Amino acid sequence: MKRSATLWTGCVLAGLIALIALISLFWLPYDPSDTSGGRLAGPGDGHLIGTDKLGRDLLTQLMTGSRIAIAAGLGSVLIAAVVGITLGLVAAFAQGWFDDTVSALLDILIAFPTLLLAMLIVSARSATLTSAIIAIGLAQSAIVARLTRILAKRVLAQDYITASRTSGTSWPRIVGEHVLPNVWPTLSVNLALQFGLAVLAEASLSYLGLGAPPPNASWGRMLQEAQATFTTAPAGALAPGILLVLLVIGVNLVADGLRDTFDPARRRRTAA
Amino acid sequence: MSLLDVRDLTIRTGDGRDLVSGLSFSVGRGERLGLIGESGSGKSLTTLAVLGLLPDGMTATGSVELDGTQIVGASEKRLVDVRGRAAAIVFQEPLTALDPLMRVGRQLAEPLRRRRGLKGDALRKAVAEALEQVRLPEPGRIARAFPHEISGGQRQRVALAMALACDPGLLIADEPTTALDVTVQSEMLVLLDTLVGERGMAVLFVSHDLAVVSRVTDRVLVMKDGRAVEDGTVRDLVRAPRQAYTKALVDSARKLESALDLGEPR
Amino acid sequence: MTAVLELDSVGHTYRGSAAPVVEDVSLKVDAGHSLALVGESGAGKTTLLRLLLGLAGPGTGTVRFDGDPLRLGDREQMRRFRSAVQCVFQDPYASLDPRQRVSRIVAEPLRSLGVATGAAAHAKVAEALEQVGLPADAASRYPHEFSGGQRQRIAIARATVCDPRVLLADEPVSALDVTTRVKVVDLLGELKRERGLTIVMVSHDLSVVAALCERTAVLERGRVVEQGETRDVLGSPEHPYTRRLLDSVPRLPV
Repeated sequence: MKRSATLWTGCVLAGLIALIALISLFWLPYDPSDTSGGRLAGPGDGHLIGTDKLGRDLLTQLMTGSRIAIAAGLGSVLIAAVVGITLGLVAAFAQGWFDDTVSALLDILIAFPTLLLAMLIVSARSATLTSAIIAIGLAQSAIVARLTRILAKRVLAQDYITASRTSGTSWPRIVGEHVLPNVWPTLSVNLALQFGLAVLAEASLSYLGLGAPPPNASWGRMLQEAQATFTTAPAGALAPGILLVLLVIGVNLVADGLRDTFDPARRRRTAA
Repeated sequence: MSLLDVRDLTIRTGDGRDLVSGLSFSVGRGERLGLIGESGSGKSLTTLAVLGLLPDGMTATGSVELDGTQIVGASEKRLVDVRGRAAAIVFQEPLTALDPLMRVGRQLAEPLRRRRGLKGDALRKAVAEALEQVRLPEPGRIARAFPHEISGGQRQRVALAMALACDPGLLIADEPTTALDVTVQSEMLVLLDTLVGERGMAVLFVSHDLAVVSRVTDRVLVMKDGRAVEDGTVRDLVRAPRQAYTKALVDSARKLESALDLGEPR
Repeated sequence: MTAVLELDSVGHTYRGSAAPVVEDVSLKVDAGHSLALVGESGAGKTTLLRLLLGLAGPGTGTVRFDGDPLRLGDREQMRRFRSAVQCVFQDPYASLDPRQRVSRIVAEPLRSLGVATGAAAHAKVAEALEQVGLPADAASRYPHEFSGGQRQRIAIARATVCDPRVLLADEPVSALDVTTRVKVVDLLGELKRERGLTIVMVSHDLSVVAALCERTAVLERGRVVEQGETRDVLGSPEHPYTRRLLDSVPRLPV
């Protein structure tokens, strides 16, 4: 009962943001670059939440920002999943010095601040959403790789893997049929958590001017731009802040719910 | 008065299933009782209930009186006092029963320090003595070793030494030799029998193996699905089991054993 | 007659360890003569099993299959080897993938060895499950729905579904209750008789060995100390270690 409640609340919260992003593709209250509204106007008067210091509609910016937030989350997690799981599996099969080397590299990559990595990538490319997503995704793939390696190693030590080998199953098939299905429950929970972290990371990068460039309204950029005028016009900072929190909480609840749903499926040997 | 008196013990899970129902038995000072049963019979849970160690979510009702203390419903503080002093337990898997990150000597010193208030040289001497008592060779080396550095049989001897360290009135042994090699099992059973005999301790010996139980105790209680099926001496049960389940157990054991009687070519 | 499986003065030392785990072991598995490898922990049973299963190659000596040296890289030979030699493990809780249905688990050798697919595979799985005494609806269920004894039957069904000649069994009943143990031993005996299966069993349980295997080899610290007909080895043991093993078996009071 409780577990489905967690999962459902999470789905509703995350779904709400996704719905906003979806609507923004077809309908927006104003053109995102329309600066016809009064500067820092309060809520009402044709602008539901108000306007920013350039006179742009805040609701419009929030709605387009939701697209960026979700794109950042999905994109980063996708990169993290593909790169991380592949690396993790390679590391799980590695033996001896190769295993040690891969593990050490992963540890270094994890210790490396996401921000620094992002700065490097942005300086090599340019400050775009794609750069931010690549930076976040790569930083996260180290974490995913390390987790995959541990989980896969544990599965590989099981008798059913040996049984599979003596059944004549090839290694690629063993990975597809036994290893991936058995690491996926834990891994998927972690990926959901990484989604939330990626959204936050993109907001931080945008806040620092390392994310999606203007006029794209990322929530992080909105926070940054509204910072100076927070006392006089709090809506500009509060609104993206609240949505950010809702999305992250929602995704984390989904992750928690997934974990609880997968848990009872694990075999519990009844105590004699 | 009995050292351990279990009356109408029922162990229930959180979702209302009874894993042990209406179990009664008693063990007097210096007496030995074997609990026989297969997986799911509730025998191990019963031993945990005796020490108030049931896993979270399980509740015991009825009465478990250990050395005059009512265990069912007792506070943790009370239980801590009873455990070790009145009764100590040796588990099946010595590797998980010992802390993998602590040297054997330190683990063994812990109960000695706590119960007997020993310190320094006296403590070191007591540790060495305890290891010698369970016939461990080179007690000095064993004391400095981590659990994974010694063999399974040696670990189980250490676990036994820890259980005996506080001179409990009752030793509970839950399948103490199941994880061991057959020659090691044989030595362990002799050791247990001797040490317990010397100290006049009572024993509650849990096993699925009638032949193993018969090496340590005379009186046994057969359990199935959380209930007592039959009790009596091993000899009587083996010769003339009264219940169908006991008969099935004995027949199975007999059948396996008979394969070893290789008098004539098959 | 050529032995199905043969170890010819095999020795093996694990990397980073000075002493060999097995040394100069020679064994033959002849069709129809089940063989028991008896010994305690540290005897090298697990290593011999890995060599006999073709999971690793020996450090020294040769493993032969049908008279030919086993080449782990030779796909064609390995395929023949895998169809002929299957395995049952000790812990039925660890040897079945918890996320696969029984039908899929049992069918794995058929799929992987390309023996049968589709309806033909389905029929073979049903037959194998019936042979081990499991109900037909077992196929659609997951391992956790079964008891230890039933799981071991599932593992036996998987190991016999592709009609192997040799079944390697690693302590196949030691994780089971006594009453279940007898039934699984009976099942293995039945498979021997009815399907001409030759069992190679690694065990420390002498009564199970005596019940199932015509021949016995006793291992102590990586060496074979005594081997021959089970009747002789366990009936009138010559090596002191074999005698000690026999004397250690707990017996019911008469």
